[in-house]
Amino acid sequence: MLKVTNLHVNYGGINALRGIDINIEENQIVTLIGANGAGKSSTLRAIMGLVEKARGKVEYDGEDVTDLPTKDIVKKGMVMVPEGRRVFEDLTVEENLILGAYTRGDFSGIRAEIKNIYDMFPRLKERSWQKAGTLSGGEQQMLAVGRALMVKPKVLMMDEPSLGLAPLLVRDIFEIISRIHSQGNTILLVEQNAKKALEIADYAYVLETGELVLEGPGNELLENSKVQEAYLGEAK
Amino acid sequence: MGNQGLLQHLANGISLGSLYALIAIGYTMVYGILRLINFAHGDIFMLGIYITYYGVLFTSIPWWIVFIFASVFTGLIGLLLEKVAYRPLRESPRITILISAIGASFFLQNFGIVVFGGRPKAFPIPNVFNRVVKLGGVSISMITFVIPLVTLLLLLGLTYFITKTKTGMAMRALSKDYETASLMGIDINRIISITFFIGSFLAAVGGIMWGIRYPQLMPLMGVMPGLKCFIAAVIGGIGNITGAVLGGFILGLGEIMLVALLPKLTGYRDAFAFILLIVILLIKPTGLMGEKITEKV
Ligand SMILES: Nc1ncnc2c1ncn2[C@@H]1O[C@H](COP(=O)(O)OP(=O)(O)OP(=O)(O)O)[C@@H](O)[C@H]1O
Ligand SMILES: [Mg+2]
Repeated sequence: MLKVTNLHVNYGGINALRGIDINIEENQIVTLIGANGAGKSSTLRAIMGLVEKARGKVEYDGEDVTDLPTKDIVKKGMVMVPEGRRVFEDLTVEENLILGAYTRGDFSGIRAEIKNIYDMFPRLKERSWQKAGTLSGGEQQMLAVGRALMVKPKVLMMDEPSLGLAPLLVRDIFEIISRIHSQGNTILLVEQNAKKALEIADYAYVLETGELVLEGPGNELLENSKVQEAYLGEAK
Repeated sequence: MGNQGLLQHLANGISLGSLYALIAIGYTMVYGILRLINFAHGDIFMLGIYITYYGVLFTSIPWWIVFIFASVFTGLIGLLLEKVAYRPLRESPRITILISAIGASFFLQNFGIVVFGGRPKAFPIPNVFNRVVKLGGVSISMITFVIPLVTLLLLLGLTYFITKTKTGMAMRALSKDYETASLMGIDINRIISITFFIGSFLAAVGGIMWGIRYPQLMPLMGVMPGLKCFIAAVIGGIGNITGAVLGGFILGLGEIMLVALLPKLTGYRDAFAFILLIVILLIKPTGLMGEKITEKV
């Protein structure tokens, strides 16, 4: 479904990513974990065409999308929930959702999708006319996820969706991710909450300062002593 | 001054304020999206008037069709201006694109002098506009009456566009967060083009009505109105469309009333805008309806 080969990203003189290979099969949840500054966001942003790739190739559904502009990548069905939610604060909840469907032309389909999102997140429905900037952090995260779902993405990428949320909300978010997955979406999840991410992931990659150091099925990495030590806060 | 006189001045003030508002919108919309002061906006306004002038004089097309075509054509010139003078510099430092805007302004002015000639021309006013309408015992010229009406219609249309259409929402989203907007699949270049088209179109409509009201055409005629409307946009809070309209009306009404009530200060008419600007910025640095200005990353 999504295949990243030998991805390099440089910021000025800094080599933030040095040869990343990621492969995601259809309907899988794949997670990318790593410490702060490891290059997780850079990986997603490079895939989406938000930052320049110094080298490497991105294939989607067998098609080379390495050099496509972001808007065309979105049109192909790859969507990203950016780190830190980034809802449009001056727009209402509903307007945010409508913009999520910007590439869709079918008016009735958009309406139906908004209804789906509201069923999934009743909180958003209650606040549909409120400016997104007035929502709580958790609600904004729901909105950011809902907004991304508006185009029925084939591949959904999420950058630390649980960041800054209370434990109860973190649980909710992971439940929602599982639900989205069960509806047939392919998911690439970037998380700092390594335990939860590995629990739901089919496959996982561990990123350390711009390089992949470990990969394997989620439950296998959960048992891996290096992972436990470095990311799960468990002593040997 | 009697009641009649006051109403007369009020009508004139509203009319001038409408024109200022129409032109100020272009400044504020472009600033909202690009954080750029489009110095050439006043010259686009001038081009709109000249294009109409030639259209009316040298074709046999009915004047009102010429008006429409000239406005659309001027809108396209604005769009082209962005493509040629601003788009290639979008990744450059802000100052570079600002200098390019000043250059574009000089270019258009001198283009006007070379192509249209430096000598003033008289705007061909369609006869309907020479009629006088009686409104509540006050007689005002047709154009004084028409200007606010046309402005109101355009403002309603613009409001609908900005608040209800997907493109309008995209415009609002873009003015806050380019990157996330592009993650929605929004074509940023397209939205910027539409912004320039609308701003220039409105400036042209304002220009045509300006030409009917003050029928003397000169290639530098865009400079002063351009400057004042920029001030109007700043007074209202640059980036905010409602603010630009408000600023335009405050400026137009204030200017006319100043001259009417204190005829001795007539010579300071143009200075009024600057004084008002200073006063308002001292009281509220972000303008009347402006929010904190956030730097775009
Ligand atoms: N725009 C940029 N300019 C310069 N350096 C950058 C830029 N963005 C990221 N970096 C650097 O690249 C490296 C990887 O950053 P990235 O944001 O991808 O990390 P991350 O794994 O997402 O971290 P976090 O968990 O803190 O979000 C870091 O060293 C960061 O400082
Ligand atoms: Mg990150």
